[in-house]
Amino acid sequence: MNTLPWRRILTAAGPFVVLVALIILLRMQVGPTFLGYYNIHSILQQTLIVAVGAVGMTVIIISGGIDLSCGSVVALCGMVTAWVLACPGCPTWLAIPAGIGAGMLAGVVNGGLIAGVRLAPFIVTLGTMSIARGLAKMIGGNGTINFSPSWVDSLMQRPVEPGAHAAWWQWLSLPTSIWILIVLVLGMAVLLRASTFGRRAYAIGSNEAAARLCGIRVGWNQIAIYTLAGACFGLAGIFQTARLGQGDSTTAVGLELDIIAAVIVGGASLNGGVGTVMGSIIGAFLMSTLRNGVNQMDMPSYWEEILIGSAIVAAVGLDRLRQRTRP
Amino acid sequence: MTGISKAFGATSALSGVDLGVAAGEIHALIGENGAGKSTLMKILSGAVSPDAGAITVEGQPFRPRDPVAARRAGVAMIYQELTIAPDLSVAENICLGSWPARAGWVRGRERDARAAKALAELGVAIPLATRAGDLTNGQQQLVEIARALLGSPRVLVLDEPTSSLTRQDIDHLFTVVRRLAARGVAIVYISHFLEEIQALCQRYTVLRDGHSVATGAVAGTSTATIIQAMVGREVGDQYPQVPHQRGEPLLHLAALVGRPLPRRADLVLHRGEILGIFGLIGAGRSETARCVFGLDPVQSGSVTVAGTTTTRWSPTRMLARGVGLLSENRKEEGLLLGRSLSDNITLTRLSPYATLGFIAAQRQQNAARTWIDRLGVKAASAEQPVGELSGGNQQKVALARLLHHDCDVYILDEPTRGVDIGAKATLYRMIGELAARGKAVLVISSYIPELLGICDSVAAMCRGTLGTIRPTTEWTQTSLLAAALAHEDAA
Repeated sequence: MNTLPWRRILTAAGPFVVLVALIILLRMQVGPTFLGYYNIHSILQQTLIVAVGAVGMTVIIISGGIDLSCGSVVALCGMVTAWVLACPGCPTWLAIPAGIGAGMLAGVVNGGLIAGVRLAPFIVTLGTMSIARGLAKMIGGNGTINFSPSWVDSLMQRPVEPGAHAAWWQWLSLPTSIWILIVLVLGMAVLLRASTFGRRAYAIGSNEAAARLCGIRVGWNQIAIYTLAGACFGLAGIFQTARLGQGDSTTAVGLELDIIAAVIVGGASLNGGVGTVMGSIIGAFLMSTLRNGVNQMDMPSYWEEILIGSAIVAAVGLDRLRQRTRP
Repeated sequence: MTGISKAFGATSALSGVDLGVAAGEIHALIGENGAGKSTLMKILSGAVSPDAGAITVEGQPFRPRDPVAARRAGVAMIYQELTIAPDLSVAENICLGSWPARAGWVRGRERDARAAKALAELGVAIPLATRAGDLTNGQQQLVEIARALLGSPRVLVLDEPTSSLTRQDIDHLFTVVRRLAARGVAIVYISHFLEEIQALCQRYTVLRDGHSVATGAVAGTSTATIIQAMVGREVGDQYPQVPHQRGEPLLHLAALVGRPLPRRADLVLHRGEILGIFGLIGAGRSETARCVFGLDPVQSGSVTVAGTTTTRWSPTRMLARGVGLLSENRKEEGLLLGRSLSDNITLTRLSPYATLGFIAAQRQQNAARTWIDRLGVKAASAEQPVGELSGGNQQKVALARLLHHDCDVYILDEPTRGVDIGAKATLYRMIGELAARGKAVLVISSYIPELLGICDSVAAMCRGTLGTIRPTTEWTQTSLLAAALAHEDAA
């Protein structure tokens, strides 16, 4: 009756083991530059935005929901951030709460429609995906928003440029955004594991009817879940604008699929009730490492898409097998 | 509860229902499906508010707004459909929704202590860290009861708690229920199984068409009296007999071994024969049927239908040979709940109504209507979605599909599960008529009286092995149950 401990460990550590194996494989194929300072930083940069979004998406998917609008919401929040930065009278710090607030507002709308009108999350967010994209373009007047450099766009930059043979401690000179991601991941992991809010999210995703009968206010929790996730998407939007150095309303198209894929590769189930933030982050790194490796190996770029797709299908397929062999 | 009434639109679901349960009493609530039991439950749990009448719990007026308020007022409920969150641990499930917490953070140790205490009160040992989805049905039920106990309820309502439990689990459940009653909890026990009620309950109330029609002490009341009160008319014979003649062999299983079950099944089923298989849940009865039908992997052995031995297993092939399976799980495997009766009935054999692949809806509906009339399905029209029907009527639709397909071999897995007594009699008569028409019927059931009532011969299944087939007259309730338990006693 008891799940065998090794199986449980394998389930939890599965994506991590695959990531390590992939890194070893690419290190052998590409050579020492693959694990060099610059390449690692480039992988970190490439993963960051997907990873921040995946933290929010994990909570949604655990609760049995889905958010297709997150790519557009990231773009919208990026535009709001850029608009505040470009606005002459506004203080620079305002860009941060404005960006995150826009994401939370989108979350309230999504969660409200799902909980209040009892619509399927897939349909609601398919609609708001289009609405958010439209609003982003409206803010940008169908173009980009340029702003003068400030500390906001330095979030994505390394504080110190170490030399080619950097000492180990210089590796810690990470961009502020990476530190924010680390804090966010740890915070969210603890929240999901140990708070009543986190346990409610798992309960709703595992059996919504049971959760309702046990007095969990499913609707309010769904709104809270989508709002919290919206805050993450807002943060991702700020990072997006910081990276580009301008607000671009046509950015992050298809990002929602990368984010959802990262969460699923990381071991979450689209049926809800299962998943961890750590897994999702590993999932995000798995995919960007694979992408980076393909580029480094000078393979034609179409291989990148084929391999990423195969990784997603393989991850979900393995999950199915794991469930089937369960006693 | 006194004078409870509730109307939904023009239909009155309950009118003037009285129900009184004393502390420490186990009170049976009996009634056919649609008699108003579930509405009464919903009123007790606060999901629906009554139009008239009053409820008091220990002298206090009780009018809950939602399940949580009901629980807080001391009324807890165990629902027929289990409300377990399968991905969470046992401890999480017991404390679901009411985790001990400080400032929003769950206190894990206190949660485990509370869960352990609730399980200890029930006298059961289930590891707290186990994933609830990995438990057996019986254990999940106990987890639910443990959850209900957290609020120290004064009243505990159990709705059909044994419908998916094995014999041992039922015995254990009864022990737990008796222990709770001994501690002064008032228990309302809703069940279809009159034997259970006689074994467990002290008093009973019968609901019929929204009225409470009879109430009294269980001891000294015969089953016939209760059934009469439920049905409202004299039930001439619960098991109508249709004379039928045994013909040539039609279905032959030889040393069938499936993965993981059955371990071994041999049987010969003749035309014009009703053969029963009895077994506890987990004995491999349904698995045997699923193997024959090509749904579960077969390891070795053979299935011969009308002289042709199957080499490749698939439901399509078995249906083409005239073997039909009525799944025990009609909601998940049997019916397209969102589709109409006519779509469901004609699903497997549409060709008579199709021209070049296009279906003539009128002819399809006419055919469906014939079956709806013949089986007495209560539905608004042939176009009504099946999901809106009651359990008994859904089961009739599932059977109608096999009849419409005109199978030769009918494998019926728990054909009367969740079906009320009136509808059961109709189903039994249909089964008898099938045999009279020279069809072969295999009935799988965990309800002994029905097997002894309708089958020509019966075999017991135990731990994956199908026992000897004997004529029904050679079995008694006890010998059949003993045969199903035989190996377990030896082990």
